[in-house]
Amino acid sequence: MLNFTIRRLLLAIPTLLFISLVIFLLLEASPGDPLADVPLTVPPEVKEKMREALGLGQAWYIRYVLWLKQFFWVEPVYWFDQAFGTDFSAGAQRIISFQSRSPVFDIIAQRLPQTLVVVGMSYVVGVMIAIPIGIVSAYKQYSWFDQLGTFVSMVGFSMPTFFTGVVLIIVFGVKLQWFPSVYDTTLVVRDWNSFLAQVRQMVMPVTVLALYNAAQISRFMRASMLDNLGQDYVRTARAKGLGERKVVLKHVLRNSLIPVVTVIALGLPAVFGGAIITEQVFKVNGLGQLLITAINGNDIPMVLTLTFIFAILIVMFTLIADILYGVLDPRIRYD
Amino acid sequence: MKLKTLLMGAAATLALAPAAMAERGSDGQLNIIMWQAPSTMNPYLSGGTKDVIAASMVIEPLASFTADGKLTTRLAAELPSLENGGISEDLKTVTWKLKDGITWSDGTPLTADDVVFTANYCMDPEGGCAQLAKYEGIESVEAVDPLTVKVTFAEPHPDPFSAFVGGQSPILQKAQFENCTGAAASTCTEQNFNPIGTGPFKVIEFKTNDVITFEANPEYREPDKPAFATLTIKGGGDASAAARAVLETGEYDYAWNTQLAPDVLAGMEAGGKGKVQVAFGSLVERILVNLTDASSSLPEGERSTAKNPNPITTDPAVRKALSMAIDRSLLTEIGYGQAGKPTCNLVPAPEAWASDNTACLTQDIEGAKKVLEDAGWVDNGSGVREKDGVRLSLLYQTSVNAVRQDFQALIKQWWSEIGIETELKTVDASVFFGGDAGSPDTFQKFYADVEMYANNFEGNNPEPYLAQWTCDKAPRPETQWQGENHARFCDPEYDKLVAELGKTVDLTERGNLGKKMNDMLTKDSNVIIPLVYRGTASAVSNTLEGVKLNAWDTEIWNVADWSRKKQ
Amino acid sequence: MTETERQRHLDTAELVDESAGNAAVTADLPPDDPVRAGGETRSQWRDVWRQFRSHRGAMVALVLFVLVLLFVSIGPWLWTIDPTYVDIRARNSGFVAAHPLGTDQLGRDMLARLMAGGRVSIAVGMTAMLIAIFLGSMIGVMSGYFRRLDAPLMRITELFLALPLLPLLLLMVTLFREPLSQNFGPATGIFILIVSAIGATSWMQSARIVRGDVLGLKEREFILAAKSIGTPPRRMILRHILPNVLSPIMVAATLGIATAIITESALSFLGLGFPPDFPTWGRLLYDAVDQMVLYPSRVILPGIFISLTVLCVNYIGDGLRDAMDPRIRGR
Repeated sequence: MLNFTIRRLLLAIPTLLFISLVIFLLLEASPGDPLADVPLTVPPEVKEKMREALGLGQAWYIRYVLWLKQFFWVEPVYWFDQAFGTDFSAGAQRIISFQSRSPVFDIIAQRLPQTLVVVGMSYVVGVMIAIPIGIVSAYKQYSWFDQLGTFVSMVGFSMPTFFTGVVLIIVFGVKLQWFPSVYDTTLVVRDWNSFLAQVRQMVMPVTVLALYNAAQISRFMRASMLDNLGQDYVRTARAKGLGERKVVLKHVLRNSLIPVVTVIALGLPAVFGGAIITEQVFKVNGLGQLLITAINGNDIPMVLTLTFIFAILIVMFTLIADILYGVLDPRIRYD
Repeated sequence: MKLKTLLMGAAATLALAPAAMAERGSDGQLNIIMWQAPSTMNPYLSGGTKDVIAASMVIEPLASFTADGKLTTRLAAELPSLENGGISEDLKTVTWKLKDGITWSDGTPLTADDVVFTANYCMDPEGGCAQLAKYEGIESVEAVDPLTVKVTFAEPHPDPFSAFVGGQSPILQKAQFENCTGAAASTCTEQNFNPIGTGPFKVIEFKTNDVITFEANPEYREPDKPAFATLTIKGGGDASAAARAVLETGEYDYAWNTQLAPDVLAGMEAGGKGKVQVAFGSLVERILVNLTDASSSLPEGERSTAKNPNPITTDPAVRKALSMAIDRSLLTEIGYGQAGKPTCNLVPAPEAWASDNTACLTQDIEGAKKVLEDAGWVDNGSGVREKDGVRLSLLYQTSVNAVRQDFQALIKQWWSEIGIETELKTVDASVFFGGDAGSPDTFQKFYADVEMYANNFEGNNPEPYLAQWTCDKAPRPETQWQGENHARFCDPEYDKLVAELGKTVDLTERGNLGKKMNDMLTKDSNVIIPLVYRGTASAVSNTLEGVKLNAWDTEIWNVADWSRKKQ
Repeated sequence: MTETERQRHLDTAELVDESAGNAAVTADLPPDDPVRAGGETRSQWRDVWRQFRSHRGAMVALVLFVLVLLFVSIGPWLWTIDPTYVDIRARNSGFVAAHPLGTDQLGRDMLARLMAGGRVSIAVGMTAMLIAIFLGSMIGVMSGYFRRLDAPLMRITELFLALPLLPLLLLMVTLFREPLSQNFGPATGIFILIVSAIGATSWMQSARIVRGDVLGLKEREFILAAKSIGTPPRRMILRHILPNVLSPIMVAATLGIATAIITESALSFLGLGFPPDFPTWGRLLYDAVDQMVLYPSRVILPGIFISLTVLCVNYIGDGLRDAMDPRIRGR
C-alpha cells in the first residue's frame, strides 16, 4: 500500500502539470475579456492600453511559464519569508488578480474561513444525517420512514438552491425575521452573543446545502446497503447467531461504504470550491463567489490558481478514496 | 395603502423641516449594499462603476456634477471660466485654484503637487489607466503655486471639464502613490485598497469583492459632517436580494442599482421600510441596426464588414418600419416602470442637446405595414414578407438580462405582426460586452442584424459620444474589431458635423449641432432605434434623509450630507 | 397502522400476489423438460414485469410519468396556444378559463409554456443523463476491471473533475454553436450542443463510483469462478459485473436527470442554452424566482413538474432494480 501511495504521489506531479496547462489553455481559448466590466464610455484605445498593463500583450506560453514560476517558486518563498521574517522574495511579482490587482493568495486566505465554516459545516451535517437515514431506509425498505426519506431527498435534490435559498430567506428572513438575510463576513466570534449571531446567520445557508448533500449521499447509502443486505454473507452472519445490530452496522455497513466514500471524497474538494449559488444567495462571499466573479470577470490568474488548487485537492482525495477502498475491502489490492 | 399615504405625508413634512445641526458621527452606523461588490478603491485601475462609487466616499475630484447635471466645486475654490480668467482666451489653458486649508485624512495638506501627480499617474504610458480618455489632449499639467494648477492643452479645447472632474478622476495623494506609477501601479495593493483621501470617509478595512468598512474622516473640511460615524458597504447577491434587504427586512439603509421588474419593486415597497429613488442621466436603451451583412455563409473576415451591405437593413423603409412597430411606452412600463421614459433620442439630456423628437412615441403597426408594402416587401401568404427572393428575417441579439429578454419577446411579436420574422439570441454579458476579437458573440463584431444594449456618456458633454458614429470608427478586422460605430453607419455629411462640433465653442451652437446629429442617426435614418431613456434606481430606507441620487456623476455623491431621520 | 403492521401487510400482499403468480405457472404441467420450459411460459422479462407490477410505488410512478409524458407530448395538440405568443392585455392573469394556469408577466400562457418547457426539459434531462451514465459506467467498468486502463482513465477523470465548467461551456458554445445550427437547424443544433455539454461534464462521479464497486466486485468468488471457466472479458462485464453495479448506476441516473434539468436552466441563464423565447422548466422556475412573492404559482408549477419527474424516475428506478434482482424476485 505504501508503495502504491508513493507511486501515485509521484505520478500526480506530471498529472497536475498537465491539468494546469489544460486549464490555462481552456481559459485562454474561451471567449471573454477581463475588461468587459469597464463602462462603454471608456474608449477602445484606452482599453487596449489597460489590456497591455495586465500583461495580456505577451504570448500565452510566456504567461503560462510565468504563472508556473509564481505558483511554485515565488509564492512558497513569500510564505517562507512571512513565517521566518526573511527577505528572499523581495521584488518578485506574486500572482496578481486582474480584477483587484492584489495577490491572489491573500484573497483566498481571506475567503477561506467563511467557506470552510459554512460549506464545511453543511457537508458535515449532510453526511451525519445522510448515513443514518440511508441505513434505516435500506433496512426498513418501503417503510413509511423510507418513503418519507425518499420523498424528501428527491424533492430536496431536484429543487435548485437558487430556489430553496430564496424561499428560506422570504419565510425566515423577511416574514418571520428569525435569521438575517445577509451574511456578515466581518463578524468576529468573541463572546456568547457574537457566537449566537454567527449561528443565526449560518442556519439558512447550512440548511440549504446540507439538505442538498444529504439527499445525494443518503440515496447512494441506501442503494448500496440494499445490495449488501441481500448477500449470502449476511445470511451466514445471521445464521451463526450474530446480533442484528452487529450484522447491519458492522458487516453490511462496512461493505456498503465504498460508493459512499467515493461520493464523499468527490464532495470534499467541492467544499473548498465553495457553493457558488448558495454563497451568492446568502451573500456569504466565500471561495465560490470568488470563483464565479473571477470567471465572469475573466480574471485568468485568479481562476487558474483557484481551479488548480481545486485540482490538487481532487487528485489528493481520489488517492485517499483509493486507499480507503483497500481498508474497507481488504481484497482490493493495487500492487 | 392608507398607511403608505400616511407615511408619505410624514416623510414629506420631515423633508421640509430644516435639518438640525448635527455633530460628526452622531448618527452611528450606515449600511450600504451593492450587489456588484467593489474590487478596488482606485478608479484609475478599474473604471467599473461599482469601484468608482466606492472610491468616491474617500477620494474627491476638483469639481463634480450635481444631480441635475450642473458643475459644482469640490476641491476647487471656484470653477474656471472665460469670465474669471480660469480658461484662457485661446481655449488652450485652464487654471484651477484649490480651496485653502484642505487636509488629507492623514493630516497633511492638499497641494497642487498632488493634482499634478494625479495627472502624471494616469498619463503614464505603462500604467494602463482606465480614465486616460479624460486626460486626452493634455500637453502639460504644472503647479503654479501650492494652490494653483495650470493645465495646458495641445489644441484649443471647447470643453475642458474632463480631467479632475467627476468621480472617475479624483485626486490621489502624491506621498502615498509616489512609488506606484507606471508598471508598478498594480503591485501597490495596500495603496489601491486604502487610498488616503480628502472625502468624508476613510477606509478601515477593504476586503475585495466583499466588504468595505469606513469611518468618518476626522480631517473632513466640514466639521459637522458626515453624520455617520461608520459606514459599511457589503457586496454580493443579486439586485432583488439587495432590494429586499432595504425594502423588506430593513437590514440595510441603501441598495445600489436595484433594477427589477416594476411590480416586484412595488411589492417590496409595500413593506413600508423604504422607497426606490430614481435619477436620470443619459443612459438610453437602444436597438442598433447592422448595415452590413453578417450571414454565416460569408467567409470569416468578411462578415459584418462594409464589403457586404446587408440586403435587408440597408433599405431605409425596413428600418423605419422596425421603429414604427415598437410601442415604447409599453416597453417602459413593463421593463422599467418609474425608472424609465420612452424616448426617440440618442441624446436625451442635457436640455440644450435634446432634440424635440417625439414622432416615434406612438406605435403605428398599420403605418409600418404600409411603409414595407410601398417599398416592395410583400407577403406571399407565408406571414413573412419578401422582396426579390429575400425574406424579411432578422437575427436579434442582446446580452443576458431578464428585462432585455422580455423586450426581445415583445419586439419579436410586434415585428411578426408587420411581417418580419425574428430569431432571438442572447449572449452572456461578459462575452457580449468584452472585446475578445476571437469570439463571434461580441457586440462589436455584431454577427446579427439588430442588437440591443444601453449606453450613456460621462459628464454633461455628449461630444465624444456623438463622435462615435463616424465612418472610421466602424469595427472591422483591420482594427481587431475595435471601434464604437457598431451599426457601421457611414455618412460623410455626419463626419463633417463631428469635425465642426469639435471646433465650436458657443454652447447653444454646440447643442444645435448635437440635435442635428442625433436626428440624423435616429429619426432620419433609423440606424439607431432608441427605446427607453433609463434612469438608475436605488432603494433607500425611510430612515435616511438627505439622499439625492445622481446619474451624472457617482450615484452616492453627497454621502457627506446624509443623516438618520430623527424620530 | 403502525410501521410493522404495515410492513407485514405489505409482505403478505406481496406473498399472496406472488403465490398467485406461481400458482398460475404451476397450473401448467411441471416442466419435465427444462430446455423447452424456458421458452414462453417463464421468460425473464415477464418475471421482471410481474415483480415490477407488484411494486406499488413504481407502478404509481410509472403511471404518473406516462401522464407527464402525455401532457408534454399530446398536450400541445389539445391546447393550441403558442407558448411564445405575447398577449399583453392578459398579462399577470390568474387562473381563468382562457388561461387555466394563468399567464406570465408578458401575458404568455403558462399551461402552454409548461407543456413546451416540459418537452425540452425531459428530452434534455433524459438524453444528457443517458450520455453521462453511459460514459460514466463504461469508463468506470473499464478502469475498474482492466488494471492497465485504470491509471490513464482515472487521470482523465481527475482532469475533467478539475476543469472549470463555465469557461468550458462558453468555449464549447463558441466553437460549435454555428456549425451545429447550420447542419441541424437552430433548435436541434442547440439541443445536441446542450445535451453533449451536460453529458460530457457530468459523467465523472458515476465513473468513480462504478470503478470503486467494480474493484471490490472483481475479487469476489463468483467472478473468480466465471473467470476460471474462461469467460471472455466482454461477457464477463456484461453478464456478471454490470448487473451487480446497477443500483449505484440507477441512483446516479435519477440524480442525473434532476441535475441536467437544472443545469440546462443555468445554461440558458448564461445565454448558452436555447433561444430566450424557448421555455424550459428550469428556465420558467429561474425567471419566476424574483416574482415568487407576488405570483407564487409561477415558481410552484414548474417546481412541481421537475420534482414529479425526478421522483417518478426514482421510483421507477427502484422498482426496476428490485425487479431485476433475482434474489428479491425469487423471495
